[in-house]
Amino acid sequence: MIEARNLHKAYGETIALDGVSFSVPAGEVVGLLGPNGAGKTTAMKILVGFLLPSQGTAILAGHDVVRDPLEVQRRLGYLPENAPLYNDMLAQDFLLFMADMRELRGDHRNRRLSTVVEECGIGNVLTRTIGHLSKGYRQRVGLAAAILHDPEILVLDEPTTGLDPNQIVEVRELIRRMGETKTIILSTHILPEVEATCQRAVILIDGRVRADGSLEELTHSRVQVVTVAVPDPRQACDLFREIPGVKTVALDGVPDHGFQVFRLEMDGDGDVGEPTAEIVRQQGWRLRELRRDDRSLEQVFRELTATGAEVAA
Amino acid sequence: MNRIRAVAGRELRAYFNSPIAYIFLLAFAGAALLMFFNSFFSRGVADLRGLFDAVPLLMVLLVPALTMRLWAEEDKQGTLEILMTLPARPAELVAGKFLASWALLGVGLLLTLGLPITVASLGHLDWGPVLGGYLGAMLLGGAYLAIGQFISATTENQILAFIMALVICLAFYGVGAEAFAGLFSDTTAAILRGLGTASRFRSIARGVVDLRDLIYYLSLTGFFLAASVGALRARRWA
Repeated sequence: MIEARNLHKAYGETIALDGVSFSVPAGEVVGLLGPNGAGKTTAMKILVGFLLPSQGTAILAGHDVVRDPLEVQRRLGYLPENAPLYNDMLAQDFLLFMADMRELRGDHRNRRLSTVVEECGIGNVLTRTIGHLSKGYRQRVGLAAAILHDPEILVLDEPTTGLDPNQIVEVRELIRRMGETKTIILSTHILPEVEATCQRAVILIDGRVRADGSLEELTHSRVQVVTVAVPDPRQACDLFREIPGVKTVALDGVPDHGFQVFRLEMDGDGDVGEPTAEIVRQQGWRLRELRRDDRSLEQVFRELTATGAEVAA
Repeated sequence: MNRIRAVAGRELRAYFNSPIAYIFLLAFAGAALLMFFNSFFSRGVADLRGLFDAVPLLMVLLVPALTMRLWAEEDKQGTLEILMTLPARPAELVAGKFLASWALLGVGLLLTLGLPITVASLGHLDWGPVLGGYLGAMLLGGAYLAIGQFISATTENQILAFIMALVICLAFYGVGAEAFAGLFSDTTAAILRGLGTASRFRSIARGVVDLRDLIYYLSLTGFFLAASVGALRARRWA
């Protein structure tokens, strides 16, 4: 469980976070989205206890990160942006060092070491100097170190940057697998990544939470689009308006070969697809398209960054 | 304790993974030999004064090279974030780094052990001042290492960390030096000599181990190690 409570952070005159609150229930994977400079990294640095907020606090795994950072850090794995590592060390020495710092001992230590090496696919670079590794391997060594102590909570700052498409798929798969038992928050600019790995997204813009909800809620639309050929658009509008749940009906564009686009705006989150189809069938109209006007996460993101409008979810 | 050992071990390895350790040891041993032989034969006395007279200034010049990277490098390459988000107290990290740098300094001093052994075989060597000299060198070096680590914890620029540490160590050396303290009245001079690192070193290196000198070096070391911890904690407010 991660709970950010009214986080504020100012760097001198610049306000990085301006009252950020959100929560990640145990066992959920949440994506933290936002344009560059929105405050994603700052928020994460506060969550892991690297920075102190100017105001507010965060509760992770039941401990207050401002008052009790060590208790939080015991239960947390953190992969900072760009996976900073000790370039002079061998990959295996780095993992051993992290195991020492985490005070892993005996059988458990050996088991965890071999588990993360296998899970992150770094068995063949263990005896190489970290500074000579490719970006993808560095990222995976960093990830291995972050999950070494099998933490309850994972904070991953852009975990897939610098990976090739195959590695991206592998890392996403790993995140999804770990997400079954762990609470994970990850930041990214890559929207399909959120769709592939996260159940929920928190969109941060200019240091504020602009949207927070499940992917379904965020992309869900209350507009049903019907494209049919009708003799009398006015009469069709009246018929559609009588469907329970439909608030307004609008004609969209000009008819194309007799086909007219109707936009049915609903007054709730219901589904009016079936009654609409029923009317079309009864009237014997020719139907070209019937769909709900759901937006992609990308559209939602672009709309938010462009207009600054709030999405209630 | 485990974590202090882990940090110290990693730090020592980092010294030897880079040229710093070798350059330091070479420079330290080379300079020590040079200073020793510079006066040994002309004075014709079986002691190590030539070496120990040079130690305070040698430390001022070489210790900052050992400490400049301690935190500045972590900051620059971002590993500070990894260290500071481990369940480790800043004091453990500072202690581990201090012990590593101190151990390397100790290795440097060990390399000069051939000198007293040679001298002892040539004539009658009074071991008291020699042991005092080595003890004093470790204490003096420890204090400078603490100062250097503190400076390194305040910047991500290694060159800056080197120069600042050198300036501050030099200041501690300088206030007690005769050339400076001698300019003042007797009472002021006594205070300045009390503050200076080199003046106290000279009395230990004569073989006189005074408790006040020990307390002086240990509190100087403790103060700057605590300041390093404070500097790290303050970073969270950045």
